[in-house]
Amino acid sequence: MTSQEILNVVKLLLEYLVPTLKVFGFTLLFSVPLGMVVALLKMCKFKPISYLTNIYILIMRGTPLMLQVIVAFYAVPMLKNGEGTPQFIVNLLNNIDIKDENYMFNAVLVAFVLNYAAYFAEIFRGGIESIPKGQYEAAAALSMTRTQTFFKIILPQVVKRVVPASANEVITLVKDTSLANVVAYAEITLKAKQQMQLYSSLVPLFIAGAFYFVLATVLTIVFSYVEKKLDYYK
Amino acid sequence: MAMLEVKNLRKCFGDLEVLKDISFNVEKGEVVAIIGPSGSGKSTLLRCINQLEKASDGKISVCGMDMLEDNPKGSGVVYADARLLRDIRLKIGLVFQNFNLFPHFSVLRNITEAPMIVLKKSKEEAEKTAIELLKKMGLEAKADSYPCELSGGQQQRVSIARALALSPEILFFDEPTSALDPELTGEILKVIRKLADDGMTMVIVTHEMAFARDVADKVIFMENGVIVEEGAPEQLFGNDATERTKQFLQRFSQG
Repeated sequence: MTSQEILNVVKLLLEYLVPTLKVFGFTLLFSVPLGMVVALLKMCKFKPISYLTNIYILIMRGTPLMLQVIVAFYAVPMLKNGEGTPQFIVNLLNNIDIKDENYMFNAVLVAFVLNYAAYFAEIFRGGIESIPKGQYEAAAALSMTRTQTFFKIILPQVVKRVVPASANEVITLVKDTSLANVVAYAEITLKAKQQMQLYSSLVPLFIAGAFYFVLATVLTIVFSYVEKKLDYYK
Repeated sequence: MAMLEVKNLRKCFGDLEVLKDISFNVEKGEVVAIIGPSGSGKSTLLRCINQLEKASDGKISVCGMDMLEDNPKGSGVVYADARLLRDIRLKIGLVFQNFNLFPHFSVLRNITEAPMIVLKKSKEEAEKTAIELLKKMGLEAKADSYPCELSGGQQQRVSIARALALSPEILFFDEPTSALDPELTGEILKVIRKLADDGMTMVIVTHEMAFARDVADKVIFMENGVIVEEGAPEQLFGNDATERTKQFLQRFSQG
């Protein structure tokens, strides 16, 4: 490849960095709060809820994200036309326009959010359960309500404890966005693959790799800064 | 009127009866020391009074407010409604063996947080009280430190200040010096003695026999979930004590 061609590929991939970051950003935005809710549901004392939540987590963590993306993408059209789909589901699905320009992104996002929420939930649950019982008792002895105890005493300590494990997930997420190419969502990996075929060269793939590498490195630096910031107490 | 009334209190963990028919009173300004071997139910008793454990049977009232009573229709107990339980809890302060300070808050915020979010005091007011309490504890220089930067004895003094910030009528101590080495134990005992001199009503579970003898108006000796003996320190630590009390104290002084 000539240097002009390489420059063109870099420019093209830079353009498709936007859809990559869109999947990354929106997945984080929704999966972190959802993960917290799922963690609390799993710790729910009412057993059926905890049990169902656990099944959800098992499925999300036990099957490949790529498969989940494919299912999310094809589920709507398949179920709409499938025989034996209950009428109320068909009615519900008829509200979804698969020709909409955002349909592909939304389907990808649903799969990513549901998958990552399961991972975050397990991290958050571990964090919440690692807070000593004495913290709850001290708050109770000071007449704090359960809500006050959770938001003022427990959650801030959980945040500090889950940052390292969450950093891992977030860095993995940057690279996992490439899985969206399986349903032809136009992001860096898909474009790099096309350019590889166009030029019969591996260079576009290496450029894509460099993009992910830079993103992951930036995140690593950000998270180590956050960890330091939170290190004002033991 | 008694500040604290415990009547026929029973607590079971499954089949294990940890407290069997405990009854005692604490009067205003009284300092009560509860002593006894490990596993005798002292801490469980404190935890039942502080609503950290649910009692199985009996009656507890604090400052004339009934916290729980025997169920008139059969077995078990009925607790007061949530609002009354909260009012009762506000009359009571608890100091833990392991301090249980909030590690993410500064010393000052550890003390001001509950008055601000529970009693809805203004920040200025809460901080003013907190600084006064810290002065009393000899820790005014540590207001901006974090708990992890303090010694065990300093942490325990902060936790006493934290409990006092809600102006409780009775202060409970659950083995306040058990996690401290002898040198630091002294500074906590000094603080408790000062509170006693100020007329604070206190119930102290302790293994510090000399201290119990010195500071307490009344000593309760517990074993296997029952009160073996209860009386003035002169009685329990004197020659008139029951055989069992003598035996325990003797073994204790031998280490």
